[in-house]
Amino acid sequence: MGNEFLPLLYSFHFYLFGLLAIAAALAFVTRKSPVAAAMWLITTMFALAALYVMMDAQFIGVMQVLVYAGAIMVVFVFVVMLLNLGHPSEISDIRGKWGRLIAGFLGIALLAEILALTRDPMDLRLVVPVIPATVNGTGGIIGGVAGPLFREYLLAFELTSILLLIAIAGAVVLGRKRSAADAR
Amino acid sequence: MIALVPLIPLFQVADPQLPATEGVFLIGTVVKMLIVFSVYMVGVAMLTLAERKISAWIQDRHGPNRVGYGWLQPAADGVKNIMKEETYPGTANLPLFVLAPAISFIPAMITWAVIPFASPLPTPWGRIDMVVADLPVGFLFCLAISSLGVYGIVLAGWSSNNKYALLGGLRSSAQMISYEIAMGMATVCVLLLSGNVSISAIIQQQATMGWNVFLLSIAFFIFLVASFAETNRLPFDLPEAESELVAGYHTEYSAMKFSLFFIAEYANMVTASALITSLFFGGWDIPFTQWDNLPPFTVLKTILTLGAFLTKVLFFLFFFMWIRWTVPRFRYDQLMSLGWKLMLPLALAYITIIGTVVLVLDRAGIARGPMFGAILFGMNVVLVVLLFVVLDRGRIVSPAYSRLDREEVARLRNMSLGKSTLAEKKV
Repeated sequence: MGNEFLPLLYSFHFYLFGLLAIAAALAFVTRKSPVAAAMWLITTMFALAALYVMMDAQFIGVMQVLVYAGAIMVVFVFVVMLLNLGHPSEISDIRGKWGRLIAGFLGIALLAEILALTRDPMDLRLVVPVIPATVNGTGGIIGGVAGPLFREYLLAFELTSILLLIAIAGAVVLGRKRSAADAR
Repeated sequence: MIALVPLIPLFQVADPQLPATEGVFLIGTVVKMLIVFSVYMVGVAMLTLAERKISAWIQDRHGPNRVGYGWLQPAADGVKNIMKEETYPGTANLPLFVLAPAISFIPAMITWAVIPFASPLPTPWGRIDMVVADLPVGFLFCLAISSLGVYGIVLAGWSSNNKYALLGGLRSSAQMISYEIAMGMATVCVLLLSGNVSISAIIQQQATMGWNVFLLSIAFFIFLVASFAETNRLPFDLPEAESELVAGYHTEYSAMKFSLFFIAEYANMVTASALITSLFFGGWDIPFTQWDNLPPFTVLKTILTLGAFLTKVLFFLFFFMWIRWTVPRFRYDQLMSLGWKLMLPLALAYITIIGTVVLVLDRAGIARGPMFGAILFGMNVVLVVLLFVVLDRGRIVSPAYSRLDREEVARLRNMSLGKSTLAEKKV
């Protein structure tokens, strides 16, 4: 398409996925059936992934779907189905008057923050290194992520992976202790 | 109509060997989508016939031979399924119940968008790549989308409000999560060799170095087994094991919704075959020649490479059916131990080996070409022989027909009684 059509197409998709993400997130917090809520959360993830792709961060978009929608949420749904939480009408997350007040206050505060930022735009832009989206050299589009990760930030990367390993080992140990106690 | 006027200059005659302009790209993509979709759907319908004919051949029967000498059987099935009454269980969660068949079918189809099926086609308006969308994250896109297929089965199982369906759904999610990990690990080796996640780049790498099935044989075996598990085909069809779960997750479905699950299974098979072809069998590459990979691209090259691609995919489809009518179903504990205790460690070890070898060869200054491939192939022959020697002792995966020894029986009984392994050790 000519150059005059592309920005229109872009903003159309931006608003489409942005509104979808917000609507799905609202549906997610208001549904009472846990499985329906999980499905709405997955929809939100999808819309976010689409927004990432529109910002030329295709790798992050794909990872969003692969990790959150494809792995974590599957386990969530799996557990929800196993627990069988009973009839949806008996479950509620709303915790009395104070809970509602605090939630409402937080919501207004966040909205005010956004309004203040749009009223007085500070230069809050992160300085992102410019990586062309369609690199055809070594590594393709992943090279832009993998290069810095495994060269400049190798130590931090390895430390993070050790932290995750410790977390996994800790989860196994905690799970084991309980079953040993049951066996006695 | 007015909007169309500025588009006309976009269709100027261009060099057939250079990428097409935006307008041609757009029209070309729409045409490719329509063609791929139609061929895919007709192919999936014909696969149901192929499966019945092949099963008949393997079991020495005739198979469908009434409706148009058997050829119109898919059409007859389709008409029957559309005409039948749709039943809804009274206590089902209706929105999810209706959504589930679609969710199980759509991911299999979307994956086809990134699979290249022939060499680029030269047209008077510029070169058109024979892939619907050549995403730079192509292969990761495949993994991401195929990991969503599990939702269809899980939701079908849960929303039916039927215990057999729920058990089928739970089995399926556990199975697919387990084998997805092994599958992803197996493909890490492919990415190590290609150095890129775009499927076109992976195919190009195989054209120069040799097919990955020879360079990464063990990764290929792991991927093949995992794709059987991901498509819920025998010997991994525990989610719908008839002898245990009536029909598993689709027990409560009828008419066209049931048919959609059926179509989804075949759609998944086609996608898995195409992925195996692209990642390990060189995609549309014609073996023993470089003629098809190099420009100038011609129409003849496109037709021949398309033929090569389809031959490979059809072979794997046949292979899926062949295995189905040959191998019996796994027990559930065998399925889990195969996935977690054998395939995952094997894949991790293999990544380490391949990574080391690639690093050593790169340091030794061997260019990524036929020589590089030959060395990897030699190493793989040794590894495959070693692996078979180890596996053949029957210790890691006991065959389904072998008698269980006493300790194993005691262990399984304890598992079914809910006793933990710690308690068992004390006994």
